[in-house]
Order: sequence, then C-alpha cells, then structure tokens
Amino acid sequence: MKTVKLVTLAAMVSLTVGVTFTAQSASVPDEKIATLRETPLNVEPTPPAMQKVRNTDIKEVRNYPMQPPVIPHKIDGYQIDLKVNKCMSCHARKRTGDSQAPMVSVTHYMDRENNFLAELSPRRYFCTQCHVPQLDAKLLVENDFVDMDHLINADTNTNNKH
Amino acid sequence: MIAKLLSSLQKVWTVLRKPSVHYSLGFLTLGGFVAGVIFWGGFNTALEATNQEAFCISCHEMENNVYEELKTTIHFTNRSGVRATCPDCHVPHNWTDKIARKMQASKEVWGKIFGTINTRDKFEAKRRELAEHEWTRLKANDSLECRNCHNFDYMDFTRQSPRAANMHSTSLASGEKTCIDCHKGIAHHLPDMKGVEGF
Repeated sequence: MKTVKLVTLAAMVSLTVGVTFTAQSASVPDEKIATLRETPLNVEPTPPAMQKVRNTDIKEVRNYPMQPPVIPHKIDGYQIDLKVNKCMSCHARKRTGDSQAPMVSVTHYMDRENNFLAELSPRRYFCTQCHVPQLDAKLLVENDFVDMDHLINADTNTNNKH
Repeated sequence: MIAKLLSSLQKVWTVLRKPSVHYSLGFLTLGGFVAGVIFWGGFNTALEATNQEAFCISCHEMENNVYEELKTTIHFTNRSGVRATCPDCHVPHNWTDKIARKMQASKEVWGKIFGTINTRDKFEAKRRELAEHEWTRLKANDSLECRNCHNFDYMDFTRQSPRAANMHSTSLASGEKTCIDCHKGIAHHLPDMKGVEGF
C-alpha cells in the first residue's frame, strides 16, 4: 500500500514538473532565444527554402590574396572520394586544355615540405574543404569586412594630408 | 505400354506431317492466326514485364547498390517530376536492339544464379568492369538512350550555363564527342577512374 502511494506521489511530482516546463518553453518569446535556431528546442521549425547556387561561370574577385577562389558554378553530385575526384576532370593540369578551366594552383601539387609531387597532394585532395559555390542568399549577419586595398588607400590619403 | 505411346506419337506425327488432310484449310488458317496473336502478344507482354523498374530492383543487387545511388540524382527526383527508370537508359527502345540486349542479359541471369555481385564488396570490385560495359555500349550507339529524351536539335544553348553551352555547341555539335564522353557517373557512383579518358 505504501509503495502504491509513493508511486502516485512520484507520478504527480513529475507531472507537475513536466507541465511547468511546457508552460515555460511556450512563454519564452522568440526574440529572447539567443540562437540562430529561433524556435524552442521542443519545436521542429520549418526549414527555409533552399537557395539557388550561382551558376554564372564567371570568376569572382578574391576578397584577399590568400582566399581560396570560390566556385562559380554548380557542383551538384560531384563525386570526391577515394575512387575519383570529379573536379579534377576539368581542373587538373592535363585537363585544362580540353576544359579551358583554370588549373588548380601549383601549391596543390606540393607536400608540406614544399616538394613538388606528380599528383594532387593528399592534403589538398578534398576541394570542397576550401572551395565552395556561392548562393544568392540574403546575409543573415551584416558583413563589415574591409578590403585591404581600401585600407591602404585610406592610409595613403591621410598620410598625404599631413 | 511403350508400344501404346509410340502408336499415339505416330498418330500425332501423321497429323502434323499433313495437317491439311485432317483439318480444313479455314480452320488451319484461322487457328494459325489466333495462335500467332496469342504467342506474339504473350511474348511481348513477358518482354515488357522484364522491362520494368520493379523487375530490375526485385534483385537486391540492383536495389541496394545502383538503385540507391540513382535516388540522389536528378534523373530520379527533380523540379518537374519527370524521371528515368532503369530500362530508359539501360535497354534500347528499338525492338531489334532491345532483343539483342535481352539476349546479352542472359549473362546477368547467370550472374544472379552464381552470386557474382551478391555482396557490396563483390559489387564494388566489379564496378569498374560493369561501368565500362555501359560506357562502351553508349559510346558505340552515340549515347542513343540519352538522346531518347535529350534531343540535340531542341537544345536551347541560351538556357544553358556558358560552360555547358560552350561544350555542347562545339564538341557535341561536331559529333566529335558524345554524351557519355563527359557525363559519366551522372546516375550512379563512379568506379576508380584511373586511366579513363577525361579523368
């Protein structure tokens, strides 16, 4: 009899706790949730519409000299694994004649001791680790990046004034 | 017992040898016509039954490997809902070519019976060889199965990306290249491509 009472008590406690939590999660206004998720954890948000990949085939300017160039075309279904690297069927040195695509930078044929290899260096094999296609998406966070040329020009202008 | 059987076989043979003696010409003509319709129709129905995707993926070799790979590609799901099934690409649509391919497919029945590719490892080991069969076939027939849907004469280059338009208006237009030369692995995973032209 005692155990039955205990079990009932436990069930009631857990029920109350549960109800309180549900009430809390519903009462949190969306803007107060400081994550990009923007919905309570117990709610599955509707995913946003998928953005279209820019497929212009026109080189994009690099924002800084060391930036890995972005991919100006679709790469849907491009296979990059142990068996094959689809990107290299156009961008490999020997393929650029037929494809007229830019050859991957010579640094990709170098190991980390700067020795030149005949083939793509394994550490550079997975193209999409650095190179990515671009979307026509609205910026979620404003970008205040300033090009270094702009900074240098601003610098020379102020120096000239003095 | 055997003598009885032989005598009945003898009877059948005499009828078969000179049927017009035993049956009227009208019966033989009409009967032949009807039997012809039934056999021909039956043959083609059976042929069509083996030309369905459901038939192809009734074997786990096809369902668990190539069909799973197809599912992620544009030939399976896309914005307009037009899709290619296995036979659309792998069986010629023209009747004589279809029969020729179906006869070749007896090798596939052999493979099924003896489990040539009945595990993932075995399939992966054979992937290059199998892919090469298809590349050779499509190269030889000028990518006919692609062209059954993708007709070059109606391609609008202005709707293609500059890269695609450039390739299609030169190499493809001149007949120097055919679809499969560049579009390998569009519906299934590629094997190890070492030594394949274009890789």
